[in-house]
Amino acid sequence: MNPLLSLKDVTAFYGVSQALFGVNITLNQGEVVALMGRNGMGKTTTIHTICRLLPHSDGIITFKGTDISTLPSYKIAQMGVGLVPEGRRCFPNLTVKENLIATARKGEWELMSVIDLFPRLGEREGQFANTLSGGEQQMLAIGRALMTNPTLLILDEATEGLAPVVRQEIWAAVSTLKHAGLSILIVDKSLKELLRIADKCVLLEKGESVWAGVAKELTPALCDRYLGV
Amino acid sequence: MTLTRETAINAVLFVGLLIAALIAYLLDEPFIITMATKVAIFSIAGIGLNLALGYGGLVSFGHAAFFGFGGYVAGILANHALNNTLVFSWPIEMAGTNSMLMIWPVAIFLSALVALLIGVLSLRTSGVYFIMITLAFAQMIYYFAISWPAYGGEDGLPTYIRNSFPGLNTLNPIEFFLICFVWLGVSLMLCSAIVHSRFGLALQGTRQNEQRVTSVGIDPFRVKLVAFVISGGITGLAGTLYTDLNRFVSPSVFSWQTSGEIMVFVILGGVARLFGPLAGAALFITMEFTLGGMTEHWQLWLGLLLLFVVLYTPGGLIGVLTSGRGKDV
Repeated sequence: MNPLLSLKDVTAFYGVSQALFGVNITLNQGEVVALMGRNGMGKTTTIHTICRLLPHSDGIITFKGTDISTLPSYKIAQMGVGLVPEGRRCFPNLTVKENLIATARKGEWELMSVIDLFPRLGEREGQFANTLSGGEQQMLAIGRALMTNPTLLILDEATEGLAPVVRQEIWAAVSTLKHAGLSILIVDKSLKELLRIADKCVLLEKGESVWAGVAKELTPALCDRYLGV
Repeated sequence: MTLTRETAINAVLFVGLLIAALIAYLLDEPFIITMATKVAIFSIAGIGLNLALGYGGLVSFGHAAFFGFGGYVAGILANHALNNTLVFSWPIEMAGTNSMLMIWPVAIFLSALVALLIGVLSLRTSGVYFIMITLAFAQMIYYFAISWPAYGGEDGLPTYIRNSFPGLNTLNPIEFFLICFVWLGVSLMLCSAIVHSRFGLALQGTRQNEQRVTSVGIDPFRVKLVAFVISGGITGLAGTLYTDLNRFVSPSVFSWQTSGEIMVFVILGGVARLFGPLAGAALFITMEFTLGGMTEHWQLWLGLLLLFVVLYTPGGLIGVLTSGRGKDV
């Protein structure tokens, strides 16, 4: 079976500075893969490279068996890659409902199902996104990505800077999505939650994937060496 | 609360224009009716620009190209109809016409087509380069019109009689006003429908952050291009009505001053406010009439007002009247 997403020896540059030196990721349909590493190791860069917000320079990126490494980012999103970017980045001057409708594509996820997942968005439906709390903006960012009806959801630091209670709500939602069968690539600082939810882990060190395997096999020694915990 | 108040102000502005024209009709003041007609026409042009500038963030300094194109389409078709000559004979024979029902779709289509051609090239740039490229295209067309003797060149093209509309005497100022007023209503409804549609929301999202819309599967170039084309079509319609109002069209409609004036209507009234262009055009023409009667330097006061609006009231006149910031400002 072809993996849903595959990165093989992917390298990327910011100008003349090389940021990725060979990233390998294999994500199968229905899997949750955690992309892990200390700050500055290339997690967000890898995500940007998958979505082609940053062009890769070498290697192969395939999604659903198609080489997507040269496609424009909107086409990659249209193929089913839904990105929840770091820092939420909702459209500030659109209301919650407008943010969701603006990105809607036909499929299982629609306004009501997103509101079922995050009832708070229903309560704030007519509010401008820039008046929401950080947690609500994060819910909106996830909802917005779900409205594109993705096959693969990419969550980049989805719980960063949120209150513990709100984090739990986000993790509960991610768990619901996993059990609904959605494939997820996730980056987060909360190791405990990541290990609870992820099927597989990929460790990045200085822009290179140095370990990949089943989450349960991630030993304390590996965590100590590559994650500093 | 703000939205309700804004809706009320919008209704007052819209109905107020109609009432002003009707009162002028009852008082037999055709000049006031003509002013109200000008307000309606310039508002339509502003609504067209507002779609691109306000909602799409496309600061076009070349909308005179579409306004003028619409105007010249009306002028050329009417002129050929008057002289009973063909507009062109190859590949098909195309006769002139003085029927508004024929002229409008042709003018809207051709203006939108020009917007498509200009948009395809200019939307690859952004910021100051976009401003300069749109300006350059409009100026190219302006100089072309000046040097085109077949249609009057620099002297312009008179149409002598106003184009016709079934059942109405378009030479009667109030009847022509009503035509323009209906078009104003249609333009406002169209713009409102667009802005609240998924496409309109994507357009506003594109203005706010292009990278964000690409990451959710929207092609920003396509969204902006479609908005620019619709914008050009609406502005072209305004140009057609303006030619009918004056029964004359000259290359000055293509000039950068025309682009600037349309932009002033939008900024004065309120950028990305649906009724902003109507408020802006009404204020502009009222100032032109009142201050213009007192001093020939009335534009100095207009300039000061514009400075004030830009510096202190980014929501424009509508923003001041609603005492609140609009969702898109």
